[in-house]
Amino acid sequence: MPDLLPPFDAHRVFVAPWTTDLPTYGWMTLMAFLVTTACGLVGNYLILRRMALVGDAISHSVLPGLAVAFLISGKLTLPAMLAGALGAGLITTFLIEFLHTRSRIKADAAIGITFCSLFALGVVLINVFASKVHLDAECVLYGELSHLALAEHSLGMPVPVLVMGGVALIVVVLIVLFYKELLITSFDALLAGSQGFAPGKMHLALMASLSIVIVAAFESVGAILVIAMLILPGATAQLLSTRLPICLVLSVLHAAVSAIGGLHLSLILGCPMAAAVVVAGTLLFGVAWAISWMRQRARTIVSDIHAVVS
Amino acid sequence: MRFPKTVVLPVIWLLLTNAAHAARIGDLTETSITEQALRFFTFSDPSLRLALLGCILLGLNCGLLGGFVVVRRMSLVGDTLSHAVLPGVALGFLWNHTKDPLAILIGATLVGCLSMLTVSAITRTTRLKEDAAMGLVLSSFYAIGICLIGMIQRLPSGNKSGIDKFLFGQAAAMNGHDITLMAVTSGLTLLFVTFGYRGLLTLSFHRAFGESLGLPMGFLHHAMMLLISFAVVTAMQAVGVVLVSAMLIIPPATACLLTDRLHRVLILSAIIGIATAVFGAFFSFLGSNLPTGPFMVLAGSLVFTMTFLFSPKQGWLTRLWRQQTQKCRIERENTLKAMYHLAERYGFREEGITLLELANTRREPLEQIRQRSDDLIRQKLATLTEDGSMLHFTPEGWRKASAIVRNHRLWELYLTNIMQYGADHVHDDAEKIEHVLGEDTVRQLERRLDFPQTDPHGKAIPGARDIHAAIAKPNLGKPTGY
Repeated sequence: MPDLLPPFDAHRVFVAPWTTDLPTYGWMTLMAFLVTTACGLVGNYLILRRMALVGDAISHSVLPGLAVAFLISGKLTLPAMLAGALGAGLITTFLIEFLHTRSRIKADAAIGITFCSLFALGVVLINVFASKVHLDAECVLYGELSHLALAEHSLGMPVPVLVMGGVALIVVVLIVLFYKELLITSFDALLAGSQGFAPGKMHLALMASLSIVIVAAFESVGAILVIAMLILPGATAQLLSTRLPICLVLSVLHAAVSAIGGLHLSLILGCPMAAAVVVAGTLLFGVAWAISWMRQRARTIVSDIHAVVS
Repeated sequence: MRFPKTVVLPVIWLLLTNAAHAARIGDLTETSITEQALRFFTFSDPSLRLALLGCILLGLNCGLLGGFVVVRRMSLVGDTLSHAVLPGVALGFLWNHTKDPLAILIGATLVGCLSMLTVSAITRTTRLKEDAAMGLVLSSFYAIGICLIGMIQRLPSGNKSGIDKFLFGQAAAMNGHDITLMAVTSGLTLLFVTFGYRGLLTLSFHRAFGESLGLPMGFLHHAMMLLISFAVVTAMQAVGVVLVSAMLIIPPATACLLTDRLHRVLILSAIIGIATAVFGAFFSFLGSNLPTGPFMVLAGSLVFTMTFLFSPKQGWLTRLWRQQTQKCRIERENTLKAMYHLAERYGFREEGITLLELANTRREPLEQIRQRSDDLIRQKLATLTEDGSMLHFTPEGWRKASAIVRNHRLWELYLTNIMQYGADHVHDDAEKIEHVLGEDTVRQLERRLDFPQTDPHGKAIPGARDIHAAIAKPNLGKPTGY
């Protein structure tokens, strides 16, 4: 199996991406960082609200939204994409809610039925109108960061990076503006309701921003890897800290490290970069898991010593 | 590409109005629909026969196991498993650089078990909840799989391996070995479910109880997880990694809407699973090179939607319709009751009840009363005089009106005499229950109350004889009963 890995060359793997190939790899790394940041920040709240699998559902069902938007508008435009994704996200949330309140179907089965059906619809639409929609099925599953090299430039940077940067900025601004509301509705929806914070509206707003983040990330990382981007940073951060602001900062850090790590990993292994970023993020999660485990061990040992001493 | 257009167009038409111009796609290169359909139904194509057999086995296997998955609220476990086995598939392929189904099965099953262990390790040792752990394992294992596949595709042997067919599924890509493997795993499932049924039933609904009986709950659980990963891995070839979990969820969820007993759910979901799989294969066959998985899932969700809307007991529309008819019946009975009260006030003269009086009693505009009387006439419960001003009971209408009034008054009496309610507290309660009391309950009430003749407010209770008497003078005041 020697040809499974490309021949290792330290210059090609570690030096070239930051010197001669910077124009290509720089944008790809920046894009990976922006995607992981935006997803990770939203994902923190998803994990707190125990809605990680709703993120899973929406990331799948954005696909038919995109396909329909393509069919209506005929080409790939930003407003059409956003509208399609928003529509799909809200329809998914509504359908899940509808199925499990209006019948004896449990919430987990409702999630499964909804996103599988919508995703299947999306794949069929794309396959049937393949010539019309230049969004191929492979891209949905792998995501292709290297497409960035082909993208048009505007304001001195590739357009997808510009869009993703905008989305990430919006997410940050929204979190700063509505920090208190998000915090209270995530931890105690009943208290939030009694204080007049409208948890229902915050839920919808979160779903809407989730759909937008997912659609912006879609082309670069695909429908399934985006789930990792949503959950990994938040999960890693929450293993290390119990304070939400620290968690948010840590997830941005996680995003940065996994984007850079993913770049080098993909060059070493010769595999798609989006997947490599997730693998790097998983490794970071493993490290955080080990740290939190050791901290727990240390704490029990210390308390044992205290018990013995006293 | 001709047929799929016609299949999917109606769906699109529902979604968007100006899809027609978008739908004008590539020129026709494939054979016509009818020819393809004929080929499908005559089973003349040996590879088609194989694919079809595979679909039947797949539907059976997933349907049976899915029943337990849905009942135990583990739907998303199937989803996690199906994404997480991807690196196992790639490793199985790397074993000897061919698509050897057995190697892939072993690799994928090992990785599947590893993923489930990781989920339970994360939930046990950290603060993360199960959903986050599942999402995390699902996507990170999947990413590792994608990395491996990306590396495999650079290999000279990997490029034409067809390993990418695992992502969306292609039933036609199955060969004899795949089918044998599927038959073996489906057989195992069938045996397991048949012989372990009682244990599995206990496991599904009350695990702790099963443990207290000394049943091998842990063994059954792990054996089931193993069979589920077998099912997922063997089905992946035909349905694809992403959608295979749908085959574990949609048929049993549909079956759950149709019946209450677990064994019926299992049988039904196996049947629905088979039908779904065959339909999916059929549509994808018509479109030649289309992936099978999405069509199977769409067929399944169509069946699910129909069941969700129209299932006799659980259907959403059926229930709405039932509520609506119930509401209409109650309104009708209230009108009859008002007519009875009027007739009673006038000492049951033989004359009819004027619409105007009825409107006053029910405190409703005359227009609405006219609609109500039309409804009564349609139901043959009353007749209207020629000039349209007076209502008369028909025998059936009289019977219903007296029955309602009797229910109401008996209940009031029961509440005051036996339950010791105050006489001024009982009316509202009786207003509700008069519409639902059954014949047996009424007889029992009469016996308990010793065949009463007047209610707490001193009004006569119509007895059985009055109810069955003609509209003529009721025999009120004299002892009646059954």
